[in-house]
This record gives sequence, structure tokens and C-alpha cells, in this order.
Amino acid sequence: MNTLELQKMAVEVRKGIVSAVHAAKAGHPGGSLSAADVFTYLYFEEMNIDPENPKDPNRDRFVLSKGHTAPGLYSALAHRGYFPVEDLLTLRHLGSHLQGHPCVQHTPGIDMSSGSLGQGISAAVGMALSAKLSNDDYRVYTLLGDGEIQEGQVWEAAMFAGHRKLDNLVVIVDNNNLQIDGAISDVCSPYPIDKKFEAFNFHVINVADGNDMEQLAAAFAEARATKGAPSAIVMKTLKGKGVSFMENKAGWHGKAPNDEEYAIAMEDLKKVGDALCQK
Amino acid sequence: MSEVKKVATRQSYGEALVELGKEHENLVVLDADLAAATQTGKFKAVFPERHIDCGIAECNMMSIAAGIASTGKVPFASTFAMFAAGRAFEQVRNSIGYPHLNVKIGATHAGISVGEDGASHQCNEDIALMRTIPGMTIINPSDDIEAKAAVKAAYEMDGPVYLRFGRLAVPVINDNPDYKFEIGKGVTLKEGTDVAIIATGLCVNSALEAAEKLAADGISAEVINIHTIKPLDEEIVLAAAKKCGKVVTVEEHSVIGGLGSAVCDVLSEKAPTPVKKIGMYDKFGESGPAVALLAKYKLDGQGVYEQVKEYLA
Repeated sequence: MNTLELQKMAVEVRKGIVSAVHAAKAGHPGGSLSAADVFTYLYFEEMNIDPENPKDPNRDRFVLSKGHTAPGLYSALAHRGYFPVEDLLTLRHLGSHLQGHPCVQHTPGIDMSSGSLGQGISAAVGMALSAKLSNDDYRVYTLLGDGEIQEGQVWEAAMFAGHRKLDNLVVIVDNNNLQIDGAISDVCSPYPIDKKFEAFNFHVINVADGNDMEQLAAAFAEARATKGAPSAIVMKTLKGKGVSFMENKAGWHGKAPNDEEYAIAMEDLKKVGDALCQK
Repeated sequence: MSEVKKVATRQSYGEALVELGKEHENLVVLDADLAAATQTGKFKAVFPERHIDCGIAECNMMSIAAGIASTGKVPFASTFAMFAAGRAFEQVRNSIGYPHLNVKIGATHAGISVGEDGASHQCNEDIALMRTIPGMTIINPSDDIEAKAAVKAAYEMDGPVYLRFGRLAVPVINDNPDYKFEIGKGVTLKEGTDVAIIATGLCVNSALEAAEKLAADGISAEVINIHTIKPLDEEIVLAAAKKCGKVVTVEEHSVIGGLGSAVCDVLSEKAPTPVKKIGMYDKFGESGPAVALLAKYKLDGQGVYEQVKEYLA
């Protein structure tokens, strides 16, 4: 896809997020929206995947270590064709394959169950290591929250990945600066994030705007070209991106919009989409 | 009797991994800086490229094992029971149990027979913790032969397995041509009518010794070896309870949540029978030679004999 097509798709992914969380009356819109662009980039451009063959042993893998932003991943998977987009409206409903947090046994396209923070990155490291052991050439991507990296296990995994020089692994940090209790810099600052990954022998790529497709494209290209070390893409993003009243508000970490708010949100996104169509 | 061969089941684990590793290229062994103690060093010596030392980071190791399993390889993640089931409980539950991944957990140094290291390293809670995870198979072998058979059976089945091994060299009791290991199948080692002693792990030997002493007192004890605590062989438990009318369970584990609790769960529902649970009575262990500790906490043959005798009195 070209940049404009990716941008348009990201708007559709965002609409799916807002609709799913609204229908569920619960869920995590803020961090799903901040990562909507990277979900879109990964599933529509970067990763070697086939929705018709979701268990292909040679596919690239993605682990959503920040599992609570499942609505973002589900929306990307649905729009990519893993399951019907209408399914998004069943999010968190009894009997739905779309659990509150990703479940590998329920949902086509999910490579690892996640949700308990800090564990997904380790599983991704295990997948990347496995590829190295058997000389397979698939790549492994994992997305972490910037609050999530307060978990000690993240750094156990980082130490191991750096030590093993897993250059088929890309760790992405969604640095929207907000966690449930407030700004990460106020709660328990993990900054400087880039220096920490550097210290664990990662090739670090700072992205000034992780909601910009061209910047994402450059970052993933650099990661792909990096040999002998795992890559960490630390991307600044805007929590709640695309929905006016959710942007940069910690309160929208884990709250669903009511009917009125839903209408405003969808109108906001429609405007973004319409503007892209004028290009 | 002093001639009896003794082997620590952790050694059996290490040796079994080497044998399986020769046959199966997809077998991978993980450890957390304890390769000598867990005996996975034996595997490392033969297959260095398939032995992954994760360093002192057990939680990470369990989730890495999950990732490896998701790609079709069969990881055996090895560390002490305290860290496998205790420290990394939530990783085992969420990274391995919930997605039902094909990870085998080799937990060595279980129970008080760890000995001198003391209570911080004597895990008497692991069976209880692992029992609560849906879909987890739990195997606690009684000797070298059973431990090796268990490792092979664990490899051959699909799904997560918790294998419990000990540090102390224990008598080989299953060295007979008819021995057959089947996950989920208890073994009646001695027929009896007055009391059914249901034991697991190194306490199976204690139960056999106790039964001999009881026989000298005119008490006929049935001895059952439960190597697979989950899924439990309900049939053998129910039959023994109905036949003997009294049940004693014996384990090197807390009486809370282990074999005794598993047996009570079945009997209370299907055949209410008085049960005496022998094990660690809600206490931490302590430093000391393993054999002396087993004696102090009445988990050796003499101790089990005395406790059964008292119970029946």
C-alpha cells in the first residue's frame, strides 16, 4: 500500500476500535488509537502474512505485549481479512471470539495470548530464538506500552534478546506518555527509554511521530536492515489519536464512549477520512 | 536392603533429556543458571546449540518457552520447583497454561529433601499451585525408572506438563519387567485390606517401608503409587477407598492442596471415606541433611509407619 492508502486504512482501523469499544461498553480505546497506525503499517505493509493461512509456519509473528489494546489489533486483523469486520461489535461479549485480551485459541491471526503485562515480549523473544535455532527467516514483532516497560520482565527479555543478538526481533514501544494513573513520567518514570534499550544492546530507532506512516516506514526499513542486534522502535504517539475528546487524556485509557460520545468520535474520524480523500 | 540402588530423579531427568534429544530434533532445553543442579548440563554437553541458558530470570524463561512452543518445538524449561511453580506461577498460568502451549516444565529440588539449603528453597507448595491451572498435567515420579518414563511420556503428549523431581538420591523401586508408565494411571504396588496408603514421589518408597512394618503388626495396607497427580486416577482411588474403608495419603508437600487434597476432592464427592493426609503440616522446612529432615517431619518409612499406626489406633 502507498502512504495515502495506509493513512486511509488507519482511519478505518480507528473507526473499528471506537465501534468495538462502544459496543462492548468497555475496553481500552486510548492505547488502541495511539497504536492504530503501527497496527495498520504492520498488517498492511510490513509483515509477511496471509489471512487465508493464519497458521503458516513461515509467517512473520506479532505479539501484542500490551494486550489491553486488543481492540486495535482486532480491528487491523478484521480489516486485513482474518475475520468479518462486523465481528468487532461482539468484542467482550459472552461467546465472542474477541476476548477482552488476545487469546490465541479463539481468534484467527493472533499469534500469542497476552494481557498480563511484560510477558508478551518474552514470548516474542522465544519465537525469534526459535527461528534462529532452525534457520527460519520469519521476523517477530512485539508492541509494548510505555507504562508496561515498568514491568521487570521486560528487561529480562531485553537482556536475553540483546545477548542473543536476535536481529529478527523488533520491539516497538508505544510512547504515548500516559498510563492509568497519569503521566508515566509522574507515576514511575521509565525515561530515558531509548538509552535503556541501547544499554541492553539493542539497535534503537527513535520515531518522533509514531502516528506518521512515512516515519514508521523509515523506522521499519531501518530495523529490517539491522543485523547482529535486535531493534527497538521507540515511537512518540498521541494517546486517543484521532478522537478529539480522547486525545492525550489518561482518563480514556480504559473507558468506553457513551452513545453521544460515540457519535462525536465517529464524526471526528469521518472528517479525517474525508480530508484524506481530497488528497 | 542396604544394597538397593539409589538415584536422584533430577539425574534421571538430565539423562532422559539426552536420550530424547537424540531422537527428536525439535526438543529444546531451557535453564536459568542451574544446569549443573537441574542436570540439564548433561543435555548441554551433547547438544549445546539446543540448550538455552536464560540466566537468572525464571519468569522470562517460562514466557520464552511459551514462544518457542508456539513455533512447534518442544521446550523443557528447567529450574528449581520453588522458582518454576512459585516465582514464575503467573507466567506458567498466563503464558503457558491459558494458551495451552506444549511446554514441559522440569522442576527439580522439590520438597524438603532439598536439605541444607533450607526453607527458602524447599518448595512444598508447587503441586497445589500447578493443580489450579486448567489443562496442566502434573507428574511426580517415585524413582529413576519412573522419572525417565515420565519425561518421555511428557514429550509424547501435547500440552503443558509439570514434572517434579528431587535432589536426593532415592531407592529404585520400579525395576521390574512388568513396569509400564501411563500418564494418569496409578499403580497398585501392594494389595491390602485394612488401609489404603496412597503416595507420590519419594514418599512411595516410604509407604512401601511403612506397609512392611504395619504387616509385622498384623495390619494389611494397600500401597498405591500416584505418579500423575493431575489428571488423577479416580478409579484406583475410589476402588481402594471402597475396599479398605480408610485412606492415608503421603507426600513430600504441604497437606494443603497436594495429593491429599486431590484424593479428598474425589472421595468427598464420590465415596466419602475418612482420609488422613500425611505431608508437611502447614510449616516451612529448615536446613539439615535430607534424610534427617525426612525423619524429623515423619515422611520416611518409620515416620509414615508411626503416623498410620496412630491414625488407625
